[in-house]
Amino acid sequence: MMKKQQAFFFVPYLLWIVLFVIAPLVLIIYQSFQNLSGHFTWANYASYLGSATYLKMTAESVWCALVITVVTLVISYPTAVVLNRLPNKQFWLLLVILPTWINLLLKTYAFIGLFAHNGSVNHFLEFLGLGAHQLLFTDTSFIIVASYIELPFMVLPIFNSLASLPSSLINAAADLGASRWQTFTRVIWPLSLSGVKAGIQAVFIPSLSLFMITRLIAGNRVITLGTAIEEHFLTTQNWGMGSTIGVILILAMFIVMGLTGEKKKQQGGRH
Amino acid sequence: MKKQHTGWLGKVYLALVLVILYLPIFYLVYYSFSSGKTMEKFGHFSLVHYRVLATDTRMIQIVINTAIIALLSSLIATVIGTLGALVIKRVRFRQQRQVLLSLNNVLMVSPDVLIGASFLIFFTVIGLRLGFVSVLLSHIAFSIPIVVLMVLPKLNEMSPTLADAAADLGATPWQSLSRVTLPAMTPGILVGYFMAFTYSLDDFAVTFFVTGNGFTTLSVEIYSRARQGINLEINALSTVVFLLSLALVAGYYFLSSRAGRRNRVMTVKEGDVQ
Repeated sequence: MMKKQQAFFFVPYLLWIVLFVIAPLVLIIYQSFQNLSGHFTWANYASYLGSATYLKMTAESVWCALVITVVTLVISYPTAVVLNRLPNKQFWLLLVILPTWINLLLKTYAFIGLFAHNGSVNHFLEFLGLGAHQLLFTDTSFIIVASYIELPFMVLPIFNSLASLPSSLINAAADLGASRWQTFTRVIWPLSLSGVKAGIQAVFIPSLSLFMITRLIAGNRVITLGTAIEEHFLTTQNWGMGSTIGVILILAMFIVMGLTGEKKKQQGGRH
Repeated sequence: MKKQHTGWLGKVYLALVLVILYLPIFYLVYYSFSSGKTMEKFGHFSLVHYRVLATDTRMIQIVINTAIIALLSSLIATVIGTLGALVIKRVRFRQQRQVLLSLNNVLMVSPDVLIGASFLIFFTVIGLRLGFVSVLLSHIAFSIPIVVLMVLPKLNEMSPTLADAAADLGATPWQSLSRVTLPAMTPGILVGYFMAFTYSLDDFAVTFFVTGNGFTTLSVEIYSRARQGINLEINALSTVVFLLSLALVAGYYFLSSRAGRRNRVMTVKEGDVQ
């Protein structure tokens, strides 16, 4: 009797795992080995690896994601440090986080206006005597908008790791005669590294895949892995190739997580 | 002396970051009150775009669709996710539990594009027509893991002796679940429901893949209108969305402080970027 009741509890969740976690993953891998007429083929991978266009696109996408990650990290780290020193830090953190609750597309849309040829940013540049520039439909505009959107996702984990850093350690370093710079490089930075890594994960992977920003801001100038997947699935209807790029994105995800995630083991050993 | 100086510099820096973070949002709101047609030159103060928005029946229908999807999907995801947390808790072996948890988190870490593409293949394979049902199923699917992650800590906090005590005192498994376990989970369930709700409201990429032609949600509509260029009706909409988001954040903090996580640092809307 009880066993049956338990089964009733188990079924919906396990069904979800099978249908919406395992099946889609298997299907996208399976689809990547299919050609347009539904036969098994290695051709998608062959044409991906053999095509300079695809490889160049991948390299550019990775490069863009790297730049976005570095830009957000450089801006976020000092922000997190400052936040941590403020008396009402939770409130200020909330202010930094709040924009993430606003629809991503609306924030992106704002930049269409800001970056327009006659838009506010160009007015400002002219005011500075720098002259108007073509801002929309460039790599730079994509990098700026993506960094803007992902900034809070970098600040938060760094802030968390800094907030959990015991102040006694910093005092100890000072007592032992460390300069402020030494305290930073020897104590604060190594201990906040887990937050930095989490932030890199939270920024790098989406930067590879956010297709709506490239579409709205960079037109067809910038093609990320995500844009390529969207294009193959919804425009050219070549699902096999789209899935192949999807598998590449999955691999990229694993590589990033592998490079930034070795802290897991240490956590396991924590007492 | 030196310390105070950096403090001052730090505050200016933080202010600058905050200005950058809020500038685009207030820029949108500012131009929503302009009588003009572009975000280049402010005409005079006018509510004309709000009037257009209020009479845009297509937009109103889309808002209703979005709300129905969000309410339904988060409700169903909360039920399944809560059951999921119970399942994970019930598994005895650590390794099996780890496997379940990893599977649970797959959709949390996957980029939206992949979730959308793979769900599209899935729905096509099982022969489901794209539209309301496929969007609803997708939203339920990607909301379940966050509910599990919000409920599970509450279950882990609960002392195992409580369930034993209930059993000793003659409670049936059902009574023990509804009278002991469920109340302990409730704060987590509420926060989970709330997160699922906002995930659904905000989702664009997954919906974009599985929505087909007939059915549209707010995010998809904003995208297709923004692709056509500037339209100050979207600005008016963003003011409304901004105010609603503020209300939601307030609601989240109310719920999570009741859930006893006051000191816990906040959750970001992961769904936003991934």
